[in-house]
Amino acid sequence: MKIAITTAGKTLDSPVDPRFGRAVGFIIYNSDTQEHKYIDNQQNMNAPQGAGIQAAKAVVDAGAEALITGHCGPKAFMALKSAGIKVFTGADGTVQEVIEKFNSGTLTETQGADVSGHWF
Amino acid sequence: MKEVVVVSGKGGTGKTSIVASFAFLAERKVMADCDVDAADLHLILHPKIRYCEAFFCGKVARIETEKCTGCGKCRDLCRFDAISEKYIVDTIDCEGCGVCYYACPENAVVLEEKKSGEWFISDTDYGPMVHAKLGIAEENSGKLVSLVRLQARRLAEEQNLDLVIIDGAPGIGCPVIASITGADLVLAVTEPTMSGLHDLKRVVELAEHFRIKTMICVNKYDINHEIKQDIVDFCEQKKILFAGQIPYDNVVTKAQIAGVSVVEYSRAQVSMEIERIWKQIFYTLSVEATVRS
Amino acid sequence: MIIAIASGKGGTGKTTVATNLALAVRDMGYTVQFLDCDVEEPNAHIFLKPKILSQKKVAVSTPSVDKEKCTLCGKCGEVCQFSAITVMGGLVLTFPELCHGCGGCFNSCPEDAISEVGREVGVIERGTASGVKFTHGRLRISEAMSPPLIRAVKRDVNRSDVIVIDAPPGTSCPVIQSVKGSDYVLLVTEPTPFGLNDLKLAVEMVRELGITFGVVVNRAGMGGRMVNGYCDQEGIEIVSEFPDDRRIAEAYSRGRIIIEELPEYRMNFEHLFRDVQAAIRRQKTDDEKTWQRTFNETGGFS
Repeated sequence: MKIAITTAGKTLDSPVDPRFGRAVGFIIYNSDTQEHKYIDNQQNMNAPQGAGIQAAKAVVDAGAEALITGHCGPKAFMALKSAGIKVFTGADGTVQEVIEKFNSGTLTETQGADVSGHWF
Repeated sequence: MKEVVVVSGKGGTGKTSIVASFAFLAERKVMADCDVDAADLHLILHPKIRYCEAFFCGKVARIETEKCTGCGKCRDLCRFDAISEKYIVDTIDCEGCGVCYYACPENAVVLEEKKSGEWFISDTDYGPMVHAKLGIAEENSGKLVSLVRLQARRLAEEQNLDLVIIDGAPGIGCPVIASITGADLVLAVTEPTMSGLHDLKRVVELAEHFRIKTMICVNKYDINHEIKQDIVDFCEQKKILFAGQIPYDNVVTKAQIAGVSVVEYSRAQVSMEIERIWKQIFYTLSVEATVRS
Repeated sequence: MIIAIASGKGGTGKTTVATNLALAVRDMGYTVQFLDCDVEEPNAHIFLKPKILSQKKVAVSTPSVDKEKCTLCGKCGEVCQFSAITVMGGLVLTFPELCHGCGGCFNSCPEDAISEVGREVGVIERGTASGVKFTHGRLRISEAMSPPLIRAVKRDVNRSDVIVIDAPPGTSCPVIQSVKGSDYVLLVTEPTPFGLNDLKLAVEMVRELGITFGVVVNRAGMGGRMVNGYCDQEGIEIVSEFPDDRRIAEAYSRGRIIIEELPEYRMNFEHLFRDVQAAIRRQKTDDEKTWQRTFNETGGFS
């Protein structure tokens, strides 16, 4: 399956970006093929509002079934949940480290937004 | 790392003067001026700008007159009356929604990124400061406020500082919401007037809505002892900590004219009280930190 | 005639000036309409004590999608600049609180699957206060959008009345909405560094809007003459000055009307009104002369 991880850079050694809506980008990792690709998220920088929603859309459109990030706001969470995506927050370290944690089942799924969102 | 936001509901209660004093009293913090519409904190903290970035928020439409045939579709559909009879877009009224762009059969409309302000990272004698300037007549959606807060948090993390002190905006709209969501503590500064109490209640309701711990202090309390007591009663009723009462003293204006914070300018009762209030804020935040860990 | 009272800085005395001006002008024999456009923190009712005769909820339009008709083409999400509607993971999601009511999604849906539903942003109340027609708006707590409510407060006014608008503080969107279309803006300030700093911003705003304006200095003497210096330099008229009278602050704190508690101040407001009338007349004459000149220079009706 495909998992999306918020990233501050383009490779698996990049640090996890703690933000979701305005993350630099996402690494979509395919756990079956072990391939990964980078999707840039920076067009969201200047959006007047709704960055979390656009980020959620990007993740869903990329076919991810799970999202791993630092923090996730309420609108983004709602969007992801509606699309059936599992959300894991509180991640840190590098993208590679987080993938390993996910594979070994040591990450816990979040039941709700863990930050109040950036109100526009 | 903790965030404390100072708000007022009503404007002119003395928020910024008090925040400037906190800048002097607090150690190891980043100051953030989130009153981006009418920022004043810099007049006391005298920031030296180290970094400046343009702020873009949304879009604005522009009609290329050579391509325009005057069919009027855009004017019919624009819900903000932003397009004149001569097919010129009023940039103040334009909401950047793009309806005209999608409707135009001649592709004569261009949707452009709009620079709506600037934000700055600065050094001051009191530590680092993040502030911003919203362009005149621009939409104060809260996005710039959120950006200032984000940058302040980043700076605090980078420099291993424990605290962000935020000068919030008046009112209860977008910018205030953006200033307070996710903060650890709100200090509402009010004045003992009917308007002050009325507006205080609204801003407290807002803080409650976002489940943020709140404290209240009264500035210029000796203007009206009765209403000051009403405010104390309100705090008791709501189980909100009444952090203190600052007397009216024109030393506040003198300090402002001298360009320094009140607590630096004078040891009058005003300063003593502001210090007392600061200590309570500091204590409350530290206790929470200890409890959490 | 429409006079708006604004300021860059909060707490300078906008509402005090607006309410007292409205009552003084009523006493001069005019029909006055008072519009409190500070919908986040309306205060004028505390002083004018209106009898409220009607209350109306104000709603903005937000999208509602007919799931039967929707083909999930995603056009609505593409068009929406505010992420209020989007298609993802086989679903149409709407975020009504982000909607600006532009109608883009309705226009773009090829299946006509989207209809307009109202979302309440606040209420407006209309009434009378001792012979002054009164309207104010109250924004719902946690509601982000005030401009639609401000527009509702300003709707349906009789332009032949003297309309006094109490604007919110600042220079951004809600203030623009309040002040737009006025014949004159009074900028209220105080002679302090913060007051002057914010006055300059407010002056920029009013100049951008192209409305005739003047300054009222409140609590004159509390600081220095910095505001007077600035106005002289910029050629801005100081229409009135009020001294730093503690009695005014105390009366204000009790929700009292200054011209009733301290009648010696009534004349300030009468003179202020006459000066504003004169300034509007002068501007109209100037505008007509400019028009006439341009008309002649460009060859008249040809």
